[in-house]
Parts: sequence; structure tokens; C-alpha cells
Amino acid sequence: MSEIEAIYAVWLREAKIYAREKERIISSIASPLLWLFGLGAGIGSTVDVIQGYPYQVFIYPGIIVMSVLFTSLFYGIYIIWDRKLDFLKEVLVAPVSRASVFAGKMLGGATDAMIQVVFLLIIGLFINVPLTPLIIIESFLTLLLIAIAMVSIGLVIGANLNNPEGFSLVINFVMWPMFFFSGALFPVNNLPRWLYAITYINPLTYGVDAVRGIILGIFKFSLLYDLSIMLLFAMITMAAGVWSFRRM
Amino acid sequence: MVIKTRALAKSYGKIIAVDGMNLDIEEGEIFGLLGPNGAGKTTLISMLCTILKPTSGRAWVNGFDIVKEPSKVRKSIGIVFQQPSVDDLLTGRENLSMHNLLFGVPRELRKQRIEEVLAIVNLEKRADDLVNTYSGGMRRRLELARGIMHHPKILFLDEPTLGLDPQTREHIWDYIKELAEKECMTVLLTTHYMEEAEQLCDRVAIIDYGKIVALDSPQTLKNRIVGDIVKLKQKNPDKEKIRKLDYVMNVQEKDGLLFISIKDASKHLQDLLAHTGQIDSVEVRSGTLSDVFMYYTGREIREGEAEGGFWERMMKK
Repeated sequence: MSEIEAIYAVWLREAKIYAREKERIISSIASPLLWLFGLGAGIGSTVDVIQGYPYQVFIYPGIIVMSVLFTSLFYGIYIIWDRKLDFLKEVLVAPVSRASVFAGKMLGGATDAMIQVVFLLIIGLFINVPLTPLIIIESFLTLLLIAIAMVSIGLVIGANLNNPEGFSLVINFVMWPMFFFSGALFPVNNLPRWLYAITYINPLTYGVDAVRGIILGIFKFSLLYDLSIMLLFAMITMAAGVWSFRRM
Repeated sequence: MVIKTRALAKSYGKIIAVDGMNLDIEEGEIFGLLGPNGAGKTTLISMLCTILKPTSGRAWVNGFDIVKEPSKVRKSIGIVFQQPSVDDLLTGRENLSMHNLLFGVPRELRKQRIEEVLAIVNLEKRADDLVNTYSGGMRRRLELARGIMHHPKILFLDEPTLGLDPQTREHIWDYIKELAEKECMTVLLTTHYMEEAEQLCDRVAIIDYGKIVALDSPQTLKNRIVGDIVKLKQKNPDKEKIRKLDYVMNVQEKDGLLFISIKDASKHLQDLLAHTGQIDSVEVRSGTLSDVFMYYTGREIREGEAEGGFWERMMKK
């Protein structure tokens, strides 16, 4: 009981701060829109149709996954600031398990990402993405799973580093390869063989495949397969997160 | 014993921060750790509140082993850190209610406890403002309120009045004294303000290079070691002759002045002056903990010099 209240306390703090920092909300929504309209409209004017969909609609699932990826991974940087300013100390000396502290932080980060998802799903309705209530619920849950895994990675990196500059450096090496070789922006079938191989070991590939499958009906694997891998991946990253918090 | 340490030590590579400390602190005591920067005070407190693992030795807080039963230790203690650790982006009340949840204060008591501690530190009117609008003294008071809200048996205060103006400092001393009495709480505080130690503490341990060099009540330490200080200016003083007088405890020469510690100046000053002969000037004052500190460490404690202030620390990192 008290552990659940501790998780709630940590989460509530994150949610309140997110709601109070307007810049954070604005920037997290503006950047996916730029990608969607900048890239979607730009490349969309030269590429006609991919697998039956206009380019902008084809990349829509990838862009949502991307926003989740970016927001979630970068969320880990706040833990470095929290530690620098000693705000975290209060939580670390509390008589609650580190797993609960991690869970609270992780859910806080996932909340940030999912608020963005809600906004992007609403945008999707206006650009002719075929969204039904069922599709919205299914993609929301899948994206939540992706967010949980990615926030955990961000927190693992944040908990193990102690300066924000280092964090940005490390996170870029995680984020961009994951993003580029996930099939978010282009179908991966036509890639050279060695790049194609990379997409297979990239867990995000399965996340993108699941979301695109749910929204556009284009699957490379199956939904069950995608979700199983993402679930396994989320469990591994969460375990790593709890371990990192214990050492903090 | 509410706090007990046996040969407790912490080292970082070759640097020994805490060097085999034995401490016994009794229930209801206000106990001060007095020492210069880097003496190991904060390291000691960090170990006792289980954020730092000792290299060797053992310690018990409220009867619980700090290594084996950290969560029981944590439930028994309240902590006010040296660096501010209240959340800037939350209101005072939100900070307190988060603490309530984290420290498992029973649901039915939460509201009442918040009002209680806000009243103690006089922050009722500002409770719903964001902490980043608070002054340094108000933040400190909020932290103090937070530290006592779950009614800990032991309160750790790491430099509780660091960087505060004298008036706020005295207020905070009053709060601490009142709390210790009312709640029968044991308080362990670190400070490098002599005045703080003298005003507040029942007993003081002087710490230097990770070791306890003296431990007693401030009054006893002063009486035993320094008594009263007579500052003499004299050409060619006869130090040996002065030293031989039976009420003289210590004679030191510094910057051409003679510092003579004597027992009870009101009784012996006349006699002392009779033995010194012609002098240029004389000044008498009662001894302070600074003198005690000086006696043991051969150094002056530099007051007002923080162990890295909040902003300083931020800039460095």
C-alpha cells in the first residue's frame, strides 16, 4: 500500500511539473508537427503513394512513434537535473523501495509522452488517417508500451550519468539509429542487406510495425509477434532501470 | 542510546573522510558536530541516514543497523540537508503532502500534520505559493517542517542555518529547541557556526580530519579547556613565569599578543597582572568554543565559509 502511494507521489510530482512547464508541452507537440508537415509535405510532393497511402499518411504512424521515442528518451535528462539540484535526495532517503521510485518516475515520463500521443491522434483525424475508436485505443496501448520501454532506457542512462551534456551525447547515439532503422520514415524492404539486418535487431522496428499495422493495416510481422517483442524489451529495460536506481 | 557508532569509517580511495568514530547519543539530546569544512561531518550524517555505505565499522540508529535495516532507519529519522532539497516547482503544501505519501503518514493524519507543521514554522500564509517565490529562510523553514512532519524519533540537520541572516538563524534555533522539547526528539546537527553550537547543543563533538578530538557540553569544554582569555600586549613577556601560575591553563603568543587562558578571570586577573609587570594593554573576555576549537586543532574555524554554497555547487558541476 505505502509503495503504491509512493509511486503515486513521485508520479504526481512529475505530472504537476509537466503541466506547469508550458515550454515543455509546446515543444513536444510542435516538433512532431514539423516532421509530419515538413517532411510529409516535402517528400510527399515527390513520392506519390507508398503501399496504397499518400506519403504523409504512410509516415504518420512512424511520426507518432518518433515523438514517443524522442520525448521518452530525453525525459531521462530530468533525473540528472533533479539530482544536481538535490530535489531527488528527499525521495531517495524516503523509506520506500527504489523500484517504486523508478516506477513513479517512469510513469511520469510515460505520461508526458502519452499526452503528446493524444494530441497527435487528434491531428491524425484531420489529415485523413483512417482512425476508428478501436484503432485509437489499440494504438494508444501499443504506444504506451513503447513509451514505457523508451522512458526506462532514458532513465537508465540518466541514472548512470551525472552531467546533462554527456546525456545528450549518449542519447543521440541511441535515438537516431533506433529511429532511422525502424522503418518509421520509409519501408525497410528495399534497404541493402546489412542495413536490413540492423532493422531486425532494433526493437523499435517492431513498435513501428505494430502501430503502422494497427492504423494502416500494413504488417511486416504479426501484431502478436510485434507486441511480444516490445513487451519483452520493456521488461528488460525496466529491470535495468530498477537496477540503476538501486545503485543511485 | 538512540544513535550508536562503533569504529565507523568511510574512505574514498586514500582519503579518509570519517576515521573510526565512536559516538553515543542519548534520547532527547541536541547533539552538535562541530568542525571545519571537509572534517567529515556530512559524510557521517549521510552514513547514519543510509544514503552512504560505510567502508567499515557499524552504527545503529534508533536501534536499527544502518547497513542491514536501512528502511527501518529511514522510517525513524527526519533529515534537513545542507543543500536545499525542497521542490521549487511545487508549492509549500504540495512539497509537504508529497512527503506525507513518501513517509507513509496515515491518511487520516495527513491534513492535520501539514497544518501543524506549517504553524510551527509560520508558513501558513505562503503555503500555497510556489517554493521558487520563497526566500532562503522560508525554504529552510519549509524543509524543517517537512523533516518533522512524520514525527521522526531523530532529526538530522546538516548545517541548518547555513547562509541565513542572523535574525532568521535565531528563529530557526528557537524552532529546533521547541521541537526537541515538545516532541522529545533527538537532534543531531552539524555546524561550523560556534554560536549555533553554543546556543543550541546539549553536547558537542569537535571533529577534525574525520576524528572526534573533544566531546562534552559546550560549557564544560569551555571551562575545562579555555576558561577566560586575557589578551595582553607587552614588550618581552616572560611566558615561562606566567605559565607557572596555577590558575593559568594555557599561554599562546600570536601576532605580538599574548593569549592567556585562565580559570575565573574575575578572581585571578589582579594577581596575574601583578606577576606580568608593566603592560601596554589588556583585554579580558570569556572563552568561546572557537578557543576550544583552536586549542585542539591549532586552527581557527572560518565562520561563514560554506562547504560549497548551493549556487557554487551548481556552477562547479
